[in-house]
Amino acid sequence: MNGLKKALGIFWILLGPASIIFMFIQAIEKVGLAPEGVAKTNTALQWGIILFIFIPISAGLVVFGYYALKGEYDKLPED
Amino acid sequence: MNVEPQKNSIFKVIGASSLGTLIEWYDFYIFGSLATIIGSQLFPADAGASALINTLAIFAAGFIVRPFGALVFGRLGDLIGRKYTFLLTLVLMGGSTFLIGLIPSYSSIGYAAPILVLILRLIQGLALGGEYGGAATYVAEHAPANKRGFFTSWIQTTATGGLFLSLGIIVLTKNLLGAEDFAAWGWRVPFLLSILLVGVSIYIRMKMHESPMFTKLKTEGNISKNPLKESFSHKANFKMVLLALFGATMGQGVIWYTGQFYAQSFIENTCKVDFNDSRYILLWGIAFATPFFVIFGSWSDKVGRKWIMLTGMLLGIIFYRPIYQIFLDDTDVTKIEQKDIKEVSNPVVTKTLIENTSDSLITTTSQVTLLSGASFTKIQAHTKYADLSKPVSISPDAFKDKKLSTPVFWKFVFLIFFQILLVTMVYGPIAAFLVELFPTKIRYTSMSLPYHVGNGVFGGLVPFIATLIASFSGSTPLSGLWYPIGIAALSFVIGAIYLSNKKPDHGEADH
Repeated sequence: MNGLKKALGIFWILLGPASIIFMFIQAIEKVGLAPEGVAKTNTALQWGIILFIFIPISAGLVVFGYYALKGEYDKLPED
Repeated sequence: MNVEPQKNSIFKVIGASSLGTLIEWYDFYIFGSLATIIGSQLFPADAGASALINTLAIFAAGFIVRPFGALVFGRLGDLIGRKYTFLLTLVLMGGSTFLIGLIPSYSSIGYAAPILVLILRLIQGLALGGEYGGAATYVAEHAPANKRGFFTSWIQTTATGGLFLSLGIIVLTKNLLGAEDFAAWGWRVPFLLSILLVGVSIYIRMKMHESPMFTKLKTEGNISKNPLKESFSHKANFKMVLLALFGATMGQGVIWYTGQFYAQSFIENTCKVDFNDSRYILLWGIAFATPFFVIFGSWSDKVGRKWIMLTGMLLGIIFYRPIYQIFLDDTDVTKIEQKDIKEVSNPVVTKTLIENTSDSLITTTSQVTLLSGASFTKIQAHTKYADLSKPVSISPDAFKDKKLSTPVFWKFVFLIFFQILLVTMVYGPIAAFLVELFPTKIRYTSMSLPYHVGNGVFGGLVPFIATLIASFSGSTPLSGLWYPIGIAALSFVIGAIYLSNKKPDHGEADH
């Protein structure tokens, strides 16, 4: 199980930036599609808030993957 | 350490904590439930400006301010104590809810009205971010280690209970006053009523004592000097914060939101079920499922928290699409045959001129009643062009206000009950799970953040991401479900592989 935990660490490290890149692409596409004026500002505001909150979460996933890769979760304090 | 309650019995502790948390959830939900009326009374008529303010109120309060509140009040709770911190969140929440009910309309004070709503909504989000961690920690620190799941599960009933109370009070007020008075001024009643509920809760909480574990730490001079730093910059603790978020609260958030909110919204907006029916279905589902928070919380004391929570996620992953397909199939009136129809009312024809043209839109509305007892409104529309050389354009038939037959109504109640049962599986044991993951001196801070990111951000984004997925080409009405299914699957994998299934025991030492 510890081998699997470490191996999946690489996947989590890659998933973090992949998810944020996907969101950036979606944000650019959806803001671009929104009609000019308040609707565009509104769409940009929604995506701005989502990216603002998801960048640290994605960074957290990378750190989680790094800890997993380093074997930090091989033995938890409560085990 | 197994700390026995001092003067207060544990049930007084549970009652005082749960009542306050229930009221906070009630306050938070009534805003969401009455958003349309608030929009029409307090926001400008300009749809664009109104949408902008709504975005800030919903997105900022749910996604930024709630986690921020978790940090602010979590830190305070680890520095000065649980009791006064979650008393403060209650005052902030109750006060802001009451004040929303007093804001004059947009027609009286102009843009001051939506700005005040926005400020008060942000305060609500901040207070909610601080409340839950305090209440869960407070109860858990009074409970014996082998009964933490059972005792904290009462706190877990409050989110669903708050939703039930808010829906109930809104429906009751509307029925008592009538739709016209409710829209004019009656919508303020649920907000104003909050001050009474909060007043009672503050009175009860004031009489409670500080958590015995925190008191002991304080007496020994062992409270944290900097809870934020100890929670998030010390690897030993931060890795547990990340594990709690990705392996538990993230999945819990989407299961929680899908079962209680997305389901009702899907039935009302996608299946076009009547406003009242869609709410009654949810109310019955909640009423039947709520006791299971306590059942699963208590069971987790015996078999451990992990697999109960993960089973809830797994069942959601497996059953969401079949359940929502049934919702669609059972409300699809296009399949109805002539022999099933009992009567069709006389059609009402209306003709309206299309803005800036000489063309007109002609709609024919009729009420169809079926032999099964179900009924719906059928709307046929066609555009008649001023230029007679153009052929009449006929839109596809539309259906709304579908009332379900009794067997289908109860089938839907069962399907909602099943989804809320999954909520009770993931949510019932999670307070005890989070409390046990972190040491007493930084517990409030450490558990509040993953909870509010999981519940508020991942859960709160269900409607937005579901709508986003529905905008992709080739999507179907069920495509939006891939978001909760995907997040729950990710959390299930992380939880299954990385979490341990510790079972509490009588002699367990606290840390």
